[in-house]
Amino acid sequence: RSRIPVILLACGSFNPTTNMHMRLFELARDHLHQTGQYQVIEGIMSPVSDNYGKKGLVSARHWVAMAKLALETSDWIRVDAWESEQDTWTETVKVLRHHYNEALRAFQSKKAFTRNKHPTESSTGNSFSCQQPVLPELKLLCGADFLLIFYIKEIVEKFGLVCISRAGSDPSQFIQQSDLLSKFQHNIFLVREWIQNEISATWIRSALSRGLSVKYLVPDSVIAYIAQHVYTAESEHRKKGHLLHPLRLQNTTIN
Amino acid sequence: DPDRKTEVVLLACGSFNPITNMHLRLFELARDYFHETGKYKVIKGIISPVGDAYKKKGLISANHRVTMAKLATKNSDWVEVDDWESCQSEWLETLKVLRYHHQKLLSADVTNSLQDAVPITKLGRKRKQEPNRHEPIKKKNQSPVLKSVPQVKLLCGSDMLESFGIPNLWKLEDITEIVEKHGLVCISRAGNNAQKFIYESDVLWRHKNNIHLVEEWIPNDISSTRIRRALRRGQSIRYLVPDVVRVYIEQHRLYSPESEDRNAGVVLAPLQRNATDPRSSQALN
Repeated sequence: RSRIPVILLACGSFNPTTNMHMRLFELARDHLHQTGQYQVIEGIMSPVSDNYGKKGLVSARHWVAMAKLALETSDWIRVDAWESEQDTWTETVKVLRHHYNEALRAFQSKKAFTRNKHPTESSTGNSFSCQQPVLPELKLLCGADFLLIFYIKEIVEKFGLVCISRAGSDPSQFIQQSDLLSKFQHNIFLVREWIQNEISATWIRSALSRGLSVKYLVPDSVIAYIAQHVYTAESEHRKKGHLLHPLRLQNTTIN
Repeated sequence: DPDRKTEVVLLACGSFNPITNMHLRLFELARDYFHETGKYKVIKGIISPVGDAYKKKGLISANHRVTMAKLATKNSDWVEVDDWESCQSEWLETLKVLRYHHQKLLSADVTNSLQDAVPITKLGRKRKQEPNRHEPIKKKNQSPVLKSVPQVKLLCGSDMLESFGIPNLWKLEDITEIVEKHGLVCISRAGNNAQKFIYESDVLWRHKNNIHLVEEWIPNDISSTRIRRALRRGQSIRYLVPDVVRVYIEQHRLYSPESEDRNAGVVLAPLQRNATDPRSSQALN
């Protein structure tokens, strides 16, 4: 039984990280596992860099800090600050390439390590590490709206998409109508979220600036952090007047 | 004037099988709503899980449901769990639970008033003797009799409101007393049928000032039914229920195809009771 190991990567502002962001990972993992062909070994949350221009963004280090707090209780999802530390906005495909290279590096050192060991010795736990380590696939976790983005070719060709859509919407038809997408449909996984839970981070920020409760929508640890580094009406307007960078996950569930 | 605000206690009755983040959100939404009116102050939230005698399909033992609700509210400073209803051997009408909590508040209030009433003169004397003390005089001590009693309002989603229309599920006189003497706080999605439902019922329309409709802008469909379904299918329920509840469910293996079959074929307690009561055949409209 050799399942293909998969790493899920989600990009976005995570401003702040909500329960819904984390749900997307859980849904995607369940879906891939139930195909019988994949084993999700890791989830990576990659907050965007500060220099984004979208209204209401506070500094990236806060997003990373909040994501870390939110993911404290998760044993497989982690936050990666690489993208947030770049000087400018990084195209999604570049973020994918970076994390793919990192995974490749880790895989190569693991392979070298196991080659040196006695062939009957096996490492702990994972089903795939009993034999030679298998190179994991890296897939982008996103909302269905991401399918609309034009520069998607390399992503579906080299990596793959796990696309979460709401109950009531069905992107499969959209995929059939696109030559590019239907060509790579084997690498586009459509996951339906039947339990509606659309926690928009924009609404969260509005609620916070109005003094309304966001408990049970956002982890308590994140709420406590926000109380120290307040989202005010001021920060919502801070980026007004800046040009918006190319569309990325706009109006998708990740934002 | 903060002392002029009507104090409100929110009471949620239901199966809580299991409790979810959605249930907990109802309290937060309702409290924000009341506070924004400037006229109310929500002083407490009470979760009252239904007893096993309710006989709903898939209902697991009250012990577990109460425990999970308690775990879920451990870090809330205003929402608590009350197990009085769940301890009764017979199923209780929601109105009876409302009356119980209302009565409980009344007696607590009387006790508090009596306690507050005693030191008035003492306090007065102290102030004369020690003018530098900065103890504020509590206004309510001066007239305990006039202080308004906290209201207990039934907190629910639009599904419970619309269940008023299900034949034999509720007694018309119960619905009347709930909206007349206590009040309803109904959380529903923007663009729902709640207003229409109220409009189409004479009883509800008459007391519409005591029915507070709160719009929920974040669609939140995390029903217990869906949670149980996900669990049966081995799917993750993380971030839909508090983590402590998820861990508890896993440790005790609470939900399975077998647990879902409990009470299969058994008539729901209110339907059983009201079927034999001629008064229940009165329609809501």
